[in-house]
This record gives sequence, C-alpha cells and structure tokens, in this order.
Amino acid sequence: MKLLEMNHVKKSFDGNEVLKDISLSVEEGEVVSIIGPSGSGKSTLLRCATLLETMDDGDLYYSGDAAAKSVEQHAVYETGDKLRHIERQFGLVFQNFNLFPHFSVIKNIMDAPVRVQKRDKDEVRKEAVELLRKMGLSDRADYYPCQLSGGQKQRVSIARALAMNPKILFFDEPTSALDPELTGEILKVITELAKEKMTMVIVTHEMNFAKDVSDRMIFMDKGVIVEETTPKELFSSTNQRTREFLGKYHIE
Amino acid sequence: MSLQIMMQQLAGGMGTTILIFVLTLLFSLPLGLLIAFGRMSKNIVIRTLTKIYISLMRGTPLMLQLLVVYFGPYYIFGVNISSAYRAYAVIIAFSINYAAYFAEIYRGGIESMPKGQYEAAKVLGYTKAQTFFIIILPQVIKRILPSVTNEVITLVKDTSLAFSIAYAEMFTIAKSIAASQKSMIPFVAAAVFYYVFNFLVAALMEYWEKKLNYYH
Repeated sequence: MKLLEMNHVKKSFDGNEVLKDISLSVEEGEVVSIIGPSGSGKSTLLRCATLLETMDDGDLYYSGDAAAKSVEQHAVYETGDKLRHIERQFGLVFQNFNLFPHFSVIKNIMDAPVRVQKRDKDEVRKEAVELLRKMGLSDRADYYPCQLSGGQKQRVSIARALAMNPKILFFDEPTSALDPELTGEILKVITELAKEKMTMVIVTHEMNFAKDVSDRMIFMDKGVIVEETTPKELFSSTNQRTREFLGKYHIE
Repeated sequence: MSLQIMMQQLAGGMGTTILIFVLTLLFSLPLGLLIAFGRMSKNIVIRTLTKIYISLMRGTPLMLQLLVVYFGPYYIFGVNISSAYRAYAVIIAFSINYAAYFAEIYRGGIESMPKGQYEAAKVLGYTKAQTFFIIILPQVIKRILPSVTNEVITLVKDTSLAFSIAYAEMFTIAKSIAASQKSMIPFVAAAVFYYVFNFLVAALMEYWEKKLNYYH
C-alpha cells in the first residue's frame, strides 16, 4: 500500500522555482533516501510532505487520504479534523533536533502522546521508557536537553517522533548538525529502525549510509528528480549529472 | 503628633501602595500579552492601532495619563466623579500604561523564539493555543524575566505618582504629614519603605530567575 503519494508538486519562493513538478510515492516498509546538492529542493520537498510548507500546486495523499489536491493548478488543502487525522500519520526528525528545552527528556517524549493523542499516561510512560532503552538513553530520562550531547539530543528527538506511533517517519538531514563520531550513533539507530520495517524517507548527505539503508534512492537537482532507482543502480549510473555529484563523495 | 500616630498613618498608606502595585500587575501583565498579540497581528488595522497605543503610552508622562483618566470623564463628558473613582482611576491609568511596556517586552521575547519550536510542535500535533501556552510562553517568560524585573521595580516607585490626584497612598500621606508637622521623618520612613519593598521584589525575582535556570 502506498503510504505517501505526492503528484506534480510545484513550489516557488519569491518567484524562485524550488520544486518543479515533483512526484514521489513511498510504499509501506520502504526506506527512501533523497540526495542532492544544497538548494536542490530536497528539504523543501520534505517540508511540503510534512505540511510545514504549502505546495503551490500538486496532490498529497497519506494512505489514500488526500491532504491536498490540485484544483485548477492550485493545491487545495483539507482542513479541520480530516487534516488532523492525516497529520497523525507521519513524524519528522529535524536537523537541529528542536527538542523543547524546558521539558526533561522523558517529558519531551511523553507530552504530545498524552496531551495531543490523549493516551493513558502510564501506558505512554512505559512506551517512552522502552524507547529510551532502545536509544541507549535509559539513564538520561530526567536530564534536560541542554545536558545532552548532539547525538543524544537527536536520539531523543527520534524517540519523541516514534512515541507518536507514526506510519511514516521523515528525517531532514538528521546528522548534518553532528560531528562524524556522533553521526555514527544516529545512523545506527536509523539502520535498526529500517530492520524493523519502519517506513522512512531520509534526506541525507551520508552517501555510504544511504547506499546501505535504502531500498530506493532519489537524486534531486535544481528542483527536479534526476534519477530514482535502487542504490546499486544509482551508484553505477551513467547519467552525467549523477556521476558528477556522486564523484564528490568517497563511496566505499 | 506622636511618632506612633505618624507611623500608624503611614502604615495605612503602605497598604494602599501595595494594593496599587498588586492590582496594576494583575491587570497589566495579561493585558500586555493581549496588546503584544495585537502588535504582532497580521491585520494591519489592529497592528497600527496597537502601535499608536504603545507609542502614546510610552511617549507621554504617566502623571499626565493619570490626570486624564481621573478628570477626563468630567471634563469631556460632564460625568460627576464619585470619590470611589479616584482608586479606579489610579489602577486603570497604571494598568494601561504598564501594559504598553509589558507588551513590548513580551513581543521581544516571543519574536526571539526559534521557528523550530513552532515547527516541532506543529508536527507533533499541538494546537496553536497549546503550542503557545505550553511550548512557547514558558520559554518566553524565562527570557524576559530580567526586563520584567526592571519594570516591576519602576512600578513600585511609580505608585507614588498617585499623589497627583491626591489618592491616599504612602507618598501622599508622607507628604501631608511632613508639611503639617514640619518633619523629615515621614520622608525618611517613606524612603525606607520603598527601598525595602524593592529589595524584596528584586530578591523574589532573582529567586524566580534562578529557579528557571535549570535549562537554557
């Protein structure tokens, strides 16, 4: 089943066309990586998918439910409860974590499930403790974000997203704010999630990681999808632009 | 007049001063937040009106504003002013004046919040009201506390301006006793009172700031 479907997405900022007719769909259990140079539109695509930006034109579906549909070349968004229902289906992990600094680690994870999803507090706590254990942060439950390293913060933010039980999880350059040593611990967590068949869309500059973890890779440049294929085929692509971009990375 | 009677009369004034102080904060702090929203509104009419309001409140003397609020109803509308209105006039004038200052402090704090906090809250499904009151406002309070402390300390001393409409707070009483008894003692007592009051206010605010230092 298609968890995410985006058709003919267009988005401009002040006349600058950032997304030029992009279509993307993600099947349940699939891991899709989006790579490309800065300014290629990959983060904007993710922000459109997570409703942080509104598309100028295009359709956006989650599990077949429309969040937005193209009507006379304009994206018309659902409103109210229907949109809220759709918002519950995805989670997003930010480059800069965006943890709530005034909440402890455990509260960062528990607050939205309890307050927004109105779930039972004890049940949520059990789940949060289990998520922290999985992230190797059991002893950090009562710490505040400012007391954690970047890698720990990012793991908390992944736990916070997972606590909402999303069907699909987006990552917007999850390791770009981290040094190489801390990058590894985040990639390990994402790899674990991939093994558990979590559906994920990952914008990243970590080529080796993307190659290993993805079922499908998308190479974007200047607001269009240049290539969309398996990691193996992408890395042996004959497309000149793809080769030029990948040539800048050391691929193992 | 014995020293004891003098002090008794001053003590009554102190109670009134504290009451002006507490009520002004009680009304101006929430009102300031409302005005800050107006100041940041997308609606240009609301935004411009609040901008003019803040500009007037900050650009004219508080004592003048107090006189306008007190005498305005009679001079402009010919309404007879009851004696109870004197107290209301003080609270109204102080509240709308301080709300303007607090509004700008709130605005500075709210606008300094990183966009990522709103985005994280949105993705997690918080409503706009939840986002503001649970995620944003607590962090804003921590950021603006030093500026608020400044205003609150100024307010303690500004309560003495109520003497301009002869409202019987601490300073008005001290002034009248000093004049009738030809004595400096009431002024000294008033100075000690304001100083101790502000000392306590500053200590309390510092304690609160420290309590919020558990994160940054």
